[in-house]
Amino acid sequence: MKVLVPVKRVIDYNVRPRVKADGSGVDLANVKMSMNPFDEIAVEEAIRLKEKGVASEIVAVSIGPAKAQETLRTALAMGADRAIHVQTPEDVGSEVEPLAVAKILKAIADEEQPGIVLMGKQAIDDDSNQTGQMLAALWGRPQGTFASKVEVAGDSVQVTREVDGGLETVSLKLPAVVTTDLRLNEPRYASLPNIMKAKSKPLAAKTPADYGVDTAPRLKVTRVVEPPVRQAGIKVGSVDELVAKLKALGVA
Amino acid sequence: MKTLVLVEHDNVHLKDATLATVTAAAKLGEVHLLVAGKGCRAVADAAAKIAGVGKVYLADDAAYEHQMAENVAPLVVGLMDSHDAFLAPATTTGKNVAPRVAALLDVMQVSDIVSVEGERTFTRPIYAGNAIATVESTDAKLVITVRGTTFDKAASEGGSASIEDVSGPGDSGLSSFVSLAAEESERPELTSAKVIVSGGRALKDAATFEQLIVPLADKLGAAVGASRAAVDAGYVPNDYQVGQTGKIVAPQVYIAIGISGAIQHLAGMKDSKVIVAINKDEDAPIFQVADIGLVGDLFQIVPELTSKL
Ligand SMILES: Cc1cc2nc3c(=O)[nH]c(=O)nc-3n(C[C@H](O)[C@H](O)[C@H](O)COP(=O)(O)OP(=O)(O)OC[C@H]3O[C@@H](n4cnc5c(N)ncnc54)[C@H](O)[C@@H]3O)c2cc1C
Ligand SMILES: Nc1ncnc2c1ncn2[C@@H]1O[C@H](COP(=O)(O)O)[C@@H](O)[C@H]1O
Repeated sequence: MKVLVPVKRVIDYNVRPRVKADGSGVDLANVKMSMNPFDEIAVEEAIRLKEKGVASEIVAVSIGPAKAQETLRTALAMGADRAIHVQTPEDVGSEVEPLAVAKILKAIADEEQPGIVLMGKQAIDDDSNQTGQMLAALWGRPQGTFASKVEVAGDSVQVTREVDGGLETVSLKLPAVVTTDLRLNEPRYASLPNIMKAKSKPLAAKTPADYGVDTAPRLKVTRVVEPPVRQAGIKVGSVDELVAKLKALGVA
Repeated sequence: MKTLVLVEHDNVHLKDATLATVTAAAKLGEVHLLVAGKGCRAVADAAAKIAGVGKVYLADDAAYEHQMAENVAPLVVGLMDSHDAFLAPATTTGKNVAPRVAALLDVMQVSDIVSVEGERTFTRPIYAGNAIATVESTDAKLVITVRGTTFDKAASEGGSASIEDVSGPGDSGLSSFVSLAAEESERPELTSAKVIVSGGRALKDAATFEQLIVPLADKLGAAVGASRAAVDAGYVPNDYQVGQTGKIVAPQVYIAIGISGAIQHLAGMKDSKVIVAINKDEDAPIFQVADIGLVGDLFQIVPELTSKL
């Protein structure tokens, strides 16, 4: 069974994003970028499926400007077998929205016929949390979102999902889309020899037009601003003072 | 504009998250609700009483018992012929179903809105809430998820909407429910609690978390939350996690104990009215957003605090 893993290049999770003064977006110039953390978890899970003999080949996909190739090389260094880069323009405002990403992934799924598409639940830049669900809809397949456990058995997969009320387990007919939550696994670091090896793994270069997908945005972002800043308050010196404050707030 | 709101429920009770979504929908136009479930007429009755609701659709079928997205999305799509906007609370159920609806309608979803600025214009947080984007949809129909903490709750009494039975395509045969491991708790729900006591990595282990955080929460009638580090380390279950990728909360008082204040944690609680932080590191980032801070060792402070309340 083939596993498809869509990975997105995003601002590193340790960086505090800064809004541009002209309100056009977040400043990404000279900012450290990394693979979306949830996508690292997806790559790791795909590798584990391969190590268990469930998966035969792992194909990583990224849709984005030239530098998205770095993210694909990271996936290859972790253990993906080959990569597909769907290149989009560099300029601001040409970020591809989840719906268009899902359409491109659907076209790739039709070509590659994966048994599972393993992807992140959420990209930490747009915080959309929708691409996986959209792909599942367009592809006419089931979805196991927010996964903390994935077990393939025959022609189905059992997914344990992190839901508001606890943990829900569902069974999905393969092929299926699974989106990862934080506790699915701890991603490995790529070793130096594997980073070297990744340089010679195959990476196909494509464009959205190759898949017949129009990436014109449906949402116009008219303004991006900083949220209201919270002022640091006071420090109290003792538990008694804290108790007095809590009493004054009417909660104690 | 005619809007359709997905009701959040467990087949018995209507959940509060629905009420904030109704308020957001009412800013767009007429509000209709959809209750999809099994044996859930009581939920539809409760939905009909919400102030400002024009009509309640009830889809009562075994296929909708666990609100599997594969089954619910086509049901919603059928109803969207006669509606202009679909809104769901940004809960795990809403986040699971709404994008599937959006894709089937060929619409780009507007996720996690925090305000309605116009008929097609909304604001939403991006980058873990470090930026707020104003977005305008150019799609024919709107699909939206609503962040519950920023909209007032619609009154749960006062309405008298009619209930109309509807049916959809039923079971897609693609997926089935296996089990739900839910923790029964007497404590208030995190997302609607007035006071939250949250613990972080510093709590050491599950037993210590239980010994220190729970009695304090009990004294305050508070819900219990946690940082990701505390959940990952197994101190508490996953549904306690507050943050960018966990639950978004905005209680009157949020007490962060042994939590450093990483941006991903702040994203989930910085709209709380009053933030109290207890941390032994006076430079911990949590103090930059805390209204009341106490620097010191939680292992001394928390028992003393609990006993003095
Ligand atoms: C993709 C992604 C998503 C994430 N999503 C979330 C999320 O939704 N929610 C979330 O919370 N995190 C999230 N995180 C993790 C986040 O980055 C932090 O790692 C996490 O919040 C840290 O938890 P903590 O503050 O409990 O632990 P630490 O950062 O280890 O902080 C522990 C604190 O306890 C203090 N302390 C230690 N001992 C004592 C003592 N005896 N008395 C008093 N204070 C003491 C220390 O000074 C320190 O400030 C996410 C990370 C990633 C990469
Ligand atoms: N441009 C992209 N290229 C590859 N994968 C993507 C892209 N955008 C989103 N994804 C995948 O979809 C997931 C959810 O993203 P989002 O819906 O934007 O929050 C991510 O974790 C990725 O796995």
